[in-house]
Amino acid sequence: MPSSEAAHQAAPRGTGVIHDIGYRHYDGQRGGRRQILRALYVHSLRGVFGLGRAAKSKIMPMSLAAFMVLPAAIIVAVMIFMGADELLVPYTSYAIIVQAVPAIFLAAQAPQTVSRDLRFHSLPLYFSRPLTDRDYVAAKFAGMTSALFILLASPVVILYAGALLAKLDFLDQTGDFLLALVAVLLLAALLTGVGLLIASLTPRRGLGVAAIITLLAGSYTVVTAVQGITYELGNEKLAGWAGLFSPMTLFDGAQVALFGIEPNTPAGPPGTVAEVVFVVVLLAVIAGTYALLSLRYKKVSHS
Amino acid sequence: MSVIATEELTKRYPRVTALERLSVDVPVGVTGLVGANGAGKSTLIKILLGLSPATEGKARVLGLDVATEGATIRERVGYMPEHDCLPPDVSATEFVMHMARMSGLPATAARERTADTLRHVGLYEERYRPMGGYSTGMKQRVKLAQALVHDPQLVLLDEPTNGLDPVGRDEMLDLIRRIYTEFGISVFVTSHLLGELERTCDHVVVVDGGKLLRAQATKDFTRTMGVFTVEVDTHEDGADGTDDAYTALVGAGLQVERDGRLLHVGVDTETGYDTIRDTIDALGVGLVRLQQRRHRIAEVFQSPQTEKETADA
Repeated sequence: MPSSEAAHQAAPRGTGVIHDIGYRHYDGQRGGRRQILRALYVHSLRGVFGLGRAAKSKIMPMSLAAFMVLPAAIIVAVMIFMGADELLVPYTSYAIIVQAVPAIFLAAQAPQTVSRDLRFHSLPLYFSRPLTDRDYVAAKFAGMTSALFILLASPVVILYAGALLAKLDFLDQTGDFLLALVAVLLLAALLTGVGLLIASLTPRRGLGVAAIITLLAGSYTVVTAVQGITYELGNEKLAGWAGLFSPMTLFDGAQVALFGIEPNTPAGPPGTVAEVVFVVVLLAVIAGTYALLSLRYKKVSHS
Repeated sequence: MSVIATEELTKRYPRVTALERLSVDVPVGVTGLVGANGAGKSTLIKILLGLSPATEGKARVLGLDVATEGATIRERVGYMPEHDCLPPDVSATEFVMHMARMSGLPATAARERTADTLRHVGLYEERYRPMGGYSTGMKQRVKLAQALVHDPQLVLLDEPTNGLDPVGRDEMLDLIRRIYTEFGISVFVTSHLLGELERTCDHVVVVDGGKLLRAQATKDFTRTMGVFTVEVDTHEDGADGTDDAYTALVGAGLQVERDGRLLHVGVDTETGYDTIRDTIDALGVGLVRLQQRRHRIAEVFQSPQTEKETADA
């Protein structure tokens, strides 16, 4: 950690004489916008996991990450122990099954990523530097998406390793695995868009956390309930379409459409038109939330 | 060479005109921008940083056009905002280092410059503690440090003495002076108090309602602006000495304005100070107070004495 390192160097100074060597100008290397954007991206990504911050900021994201991979490790252990001849949980189902974990992770960390700078009015310090509001949004969006991707992809990697250890068919598994990575990336971007947009609207962290959890868990509960009821009543079409109205079911519908897998929710998109609609809506939500986030920061940077 | 030059700069918002045909030339050195709250100081800074387009007119910072070269300007300029902008749960070291990175410095250089800069602004062991526990003076120092950490050619300081007690204010003003004299970085500093900028700045620009009132070197300013407040004791027999003092000071050829028991005496020569002292001494009344007056802009430009001076100039 840089701060403890610096503290170490400063220790002898406290007891000895302070030598004032005067002001020194800096004539070394200066990065432009692109380097700054990259530095902000890395800073944001590390910040989501609490790295480079106080120990107490690491507890929440790190324990959630542990909860995320633990079931995958158990599944792999069971698979190998039982000598299973197929994956107990498909790669593309895992995120849906443990969805509470990424939801809580997003709710806890999205406000940390964007609302701190709003709440403490630090944004003018960024925008009085070469970075623009668009760069800021790009770095924050990419940072959060990468963090969620790491969170969502890690258990998939463990499952894949388990499948190979259990000597399942290499080509089949690798194909499914790579598709699952693409799916997980889409989910990460979708959750990031929704989470950051909500978090950016309020400087109050608690409110942001509550709003994100409510939206994700609430919409999923309502949509799957509606799907269950309409399905029972025999209206499979309506049940399928209902999936559009919650981020998780929307994502599941899109991955059903894109990768031809079985839906993990009560009903998948009914028919080809519906499949296309699910994919388009998923991409539109990602692009739309990004655009709204850009608009939000454009406004903030000019106020 | 001028570090900031504006030409007929105008900024109009739908309801209000923040700047009106402002033409100023800010030379190398320490320049103060004085104006009441709402005089357009922060608006001007935003335009100079290239963050807010001017409605009309032109402005150049370090020879660069604010309309087209804002990004390059922001690389070479440091900015200290007026409001609080520090996250309380982060240490000064972590925060300033992050801001150095956000100015494009590589990690190693950012670390070194952070340690150097914090030392220069006078933050030592406390820099490893979360900033939430800092005093206002320490917070202002951190804000200044983040404006200096990338070694800019010019810093724009928005009301850096706001909220500081008199000692903190003096320390901040000394620090601002050192930014130019020792670090060689030009300073453009705003304040609503003329008195405090008189001491610190080489030049002072006064704006009011978005218009330029006056721009000149501080040494010219203080000459015309020397106003002392004099308060005298009663005579030994209990009679009020103020009337006598008034008559005597006017008799000595000074501009005197009476304000109850206080006399405001305009002084435009270096010996004026001695004249006041000698005149009061000759009267035989006790001198209770003789102090340099801190002006508010409105007073300065409304008092008959300064009007006369301006007309003479």
